[in-house]
Parts: sequence; C-alpha cells; structure tokens
Amino acid sequence: MAAPPPSMSPAPPDTEDALHGDTMTVNMGPSHPSTHGVLRLVLTLDGETVKGVQAHVGYLHRGMEKIAEGMTYNQFVPYTDRLDYLAPLSNNVAYILSVEKLMGITVPPRGQVIRVICCEMARISAHLLWLGTGALDLGAATVFFHTFRERETLYNLIESLTGGRLTTSYTRVGGLSRDLPEGWTAQLGDFTGSFPKVLDELDSLLSRNRIWMKRTQGVGRISAKDAIAMSLTGPNLRGSGVAHDVRKTEPYSGYEAYEFDVPIGKEGDAYDRYLVRLEEMRQSVRILDQALRRLPDGPVSVKDPKITLPPKERVLTSMEELIEQFMLVTEGIKGPLGEVYHAIEAPKGELGFYIRSEGDKSPYRLHIRSPSFINLQAIEKMAVGGLLSDLIAVVASLDPVMGEVDR
Amino acid sequence: MEGPYIEPQPPRAVVDRLGEQFPGAVLEVAEFRGELTVVVPKERIVEIARFLRDDPSTAFEMLIVVTGVHFLGRDHDFEVLYHLYSLSRNHRIRIKICLREGETVDSVTSVWPGANWPEREVFDLVGVRFHGHPDLRRIIMPEDYTSHPLRRDFDVEGGPSDIRPGGRRASPGFRDMESV
Repeated sequence: MAAPPPSMSPAPPDTEDALHGDTMTVNMGPSHPSTHGVLRLVLTLDGETVKGVQAHVGYLHRGMEKIAEGMTYNQFVPYTDRLDYLAPLSNNVAYILSVEKLMGITVPPRGQVIRVICCEMARISAHLLWLGTGALDLGAATVFFHTFRERETLYNLIESLTGGRLTTSYTRVGGLSRDLPEGWTAQLGDFTGSFPKVLDELDSLLSRNRIWMKRTQGVGRISAKDAIAMSLTGPNLRGSGVAHDVRKTEPYSGYEAYEFDVPIGKEGDAYDRYLVRLEEMRQSVRILDQALRRLPDGPVSVKDPKITLPPKERVLTSMEELIEQFMLVTEGIKGPLGEVYHAIEAPKGELGFYIRSEGDKSPYRLHIRSPSFINLQAIEKMAVGGLLSDLIAVVASLDPVMGEVDR
Repeated sequence: MEGPYIEPQPPRAVVDRLGEQFPGAVLEVAEFRGELTVVVPKERIVEIARFLRDDPSTAFEMLIVVTGVHFLGRDHDFEVLYHLYSLSRNHRIRIKICLREGETVDSVTSVWPGANWPEREVFDLVGVRFHGHPDLRRIIMPEDYTSHPLRRDFDVEGGPSDIRPGGRRASPGFRDMESV
C-alpha cells in the first residue's frame, strides 16, 4: 500500500489507505454501450478518479486505403460511405472533391448546390444522432426519440435522393449519380420549415436542464492552445473558442456564397461542444434554405465522355456512346502525375483525402485524414483527472465514429 | 480548367523564408493545383518543424496529418509527408522527407503533440520508425502483427510480398489452383 501523500488532510490511517491505495486497471469496451462502436479504453483508476486512459482502436479496420490502390476512382465511392457511416453523403463529397482537384474538374453550378445540400443534410443527421445517443448515455432518454424522429425524415429524403439510406454513393467524378427526384425540394423545404421548432424543443429539454448542465459543464475541458496542439478540428476545436471552419477559410462547392455563422464555445468543455453542435444544426438549416432558393437549372454533371457516363438510352442506340461507356467503365479515368490534399468541413471536423497519382487509373496511394481518428487522441488529455462517470460524457462530446477512426 | 475550390495563393513566401533560415535545406519545391510541397533533409525535420510553427510569417500551428508512402524501385523507399495548416494565416504546406529502408526519422511530437497517433499509424501501416516518439506501438493492426500492409509489395488479397512476375497479383484462390 502506498503511503498517503503529505499534502493530504489528516485522516485515520486505515481509511486513508483504503481510499488512496493501489490503482486499478479496468477495461472499458471494446463493446461498451457508450463508446458507440468498437473502442476499447484501458483505464487506470484510483477509486472513481481516472488516472490514465489508453485508447485501443483498430477493431473495425477494413484496409480501405489499401483497397483504393486497386480500384478506379469511381469504384472507391461506395467505400467512402463506410467511413463516417453517420454522414455518408459528406464523405462522398469530400472524396470526390479531392479526385476532381487532382483531375482539375469543375462541376456545373447545379451539381455544386446539390452537393452543399448533401453536406448540410449529412451534418444535421450526424449531429442529431450524436445528440440523441449522447443524451441517452447521460440518462436523458426523451431527447433520443425526438432526434430519431427527425432523422427518419432526413433518411427518407436521402433514400429518395440516392436510393439508399446509409449506403448513398451519390457522387461521381465530375458530378452526381442522378439529379434530384421530382418534388424533392418541396419535401426538403417542409423539413427545413419544421425543423427549427424541434431544435428549440431540444434546446429547452437540455440547455437549461440542471442535470445535463451538471453532467457536462467543466467536464472534458481542453484549452484552445491544447486543442490546436492536439490537431483537433470541427466542433471539438470550436468548442474551445477557435473560430475555424473549412467552409469559411477554404470554401469549396461555392460555400463562399452562403451566409452562415460559425458558432464557438468558451470553456472548451462538453457543454460548450454541445452548444456548438446545436447551433451548427441551426446554421445548416439556414444554408439549406439558401441552397433551395438558389438551386439553378441545368446539368448536375460535366458533359465529357472521358469523365462521365453518357445517358443510358443513348448507349443502347448509338455506337459512339456505347464505346464511350465501355471505355470509361473498363479503363476508368486516368489521373495526372501529382499529389493533392483536399479537405472539407465534415460533421466531425476536417475530413481530407490525400491522393498520390502516378498517372494510373487508380491512386498510387490514398490517405484518409479522418477527423475522428485525430480527435480521439485528445481523450487522454480530456479525461485524466476526472471521474469515471464523466468519461462517458467526454467520449460522447468528442463524437468519434469508429468506422472513420479505423478505416 | 480550374479546380472546384477557391485556390488560395500558395504560400511561396514560406519557401523563401525556409531557404533563408536553413541554407541548403530546401532540396526541392513542387507546386501542383495550388499546393506547395517542399522536400527537406530528414536530419533537420524537427528544427524545421519548430521554425515553421513558431515563426510569425509561417505560423503553422497545426499539424493536419502525417502520411507515409512506400515505393518500389526508386532512389528512396519511403516518403513521409507532413500536412501543415496555419490557423492565423490560413495557408497550407506539405513538408516531405525521403527515407531508405531501415532509416529512422526524428518524431515531431515534441513540436506538435497531435503527431502522436498519425506517426503511430505511419509506423504501423507503412513501417517507418520515428525516433523519439513517446509511444511507438502499432495502432490499427494487432500488436502481434508482423507486416506493414500499406507497402506496395503487400498483396491486397493474399498477405505480404506476393507479387508475381509480370505484375500479376495472386489471389488466394489463384494460389490454390496452382498448388493442386
């Protein structure tokens, strides 16, 4: 038994020993309900106090970066669905933008606006899931039902847009797999009209809720300086008061034309990260409204037989288009020599793809800079010194998605 | 054709600044799609990293990610890329070092603590060792794994080092047929 530290207030020796004895090592995960996936945390505990956290990841590793080396650029799109599986549309856009940067392709205005709509729908749906499950972890079960009702609306919209609820695979090099279905914009308009009221409800359920505040305020605190040093991005960085958003600093897909605010926190604790994400959903609704208003007519993809597939009915009747389709499917699109990195503001933070091209139809090396992987390494800094029960709040407020962490 | 992004002016001044501060350290500069890549000697990576972070004209406070690339049949076997971003000046740069098999590079975790997991990932998947890293263990693959899957000679289907003559990659099924 270790001797009590000298600074401790005097107490009967036997109690002191029992309270400040040896530390205990406890496994949390790999399948713990609050880790939202297969995350294993090896905790060193002194009573209820967390003395050390060691995160073990990789349980969901599928070798995506390796798989990409043997695929054409379009073939890899479905794999990006499985990165952050709570925001597949956003991953599709992020990947395809880096490919287009490599190739030097600009998408027509309508395609760009639809991509913005996709990104913001993905953000709302990912934040809703985070809010519902995060609140559930801390015992506020009501929120979960409200958020999942709204997600259902969004998922129905995504389903009628892409044909899949989760596996969207919506983008293609040079554009999108298809245009918006008829009447879809009106349905999305209904959603953006009704959703702010729901957000107010969620706000009133939690923001001034005494239990919620006690569980999250001052928990998992990280200063702006540390957050930058640990390479945090997204709401986790903004919660610490750093106003950085890739949509503002390096706009893509025409984000510079939209009006929206970048909410930031002050304390850098779990409560501020909650407030930031809540406000981000409001801003996403603003962006969606603007996108619906400005949605131009015209094609969604570039018309270049070397990049995009010709219309199917032409393929069946015309020799020229048949050859074009055959060549594009069998040969793929050859990239130029070079390396690019392109990042977007995904719901979890900066999602970037590094592509090294050696002039082949598939990337020589593809590296995914997934925000969850980088954000998760701050868990030690956030959790050590806190209580074991607060660790749940810390993990929830970091919002890691293991599909993206392990790739 | 322009890319689908607003191309920020690549920070060419950073390269000049680097050349002034470290004569002879800028081995190569490449510019592609508005992105700057600077090759520097691997021995000086930590001092260069510290300078890039602290100098007010460069101010790369944030390490975005570390990427490792493996090559077959080149002058160098590995490239390690440091993607840097400056929050205050809003510019990006890519610092590159080249390594041969068996060589190590100093870890930049002392400059950017956020390099911890990215460097572990490069070690795990590509097999580059970072000298002075506080906790250089495998991170994605199991601890007892012996190979580095993101090397070019690692077969996506069969496992390590099974590229056939003529470039044909063996799948497990293909191998079974031959052994019959």
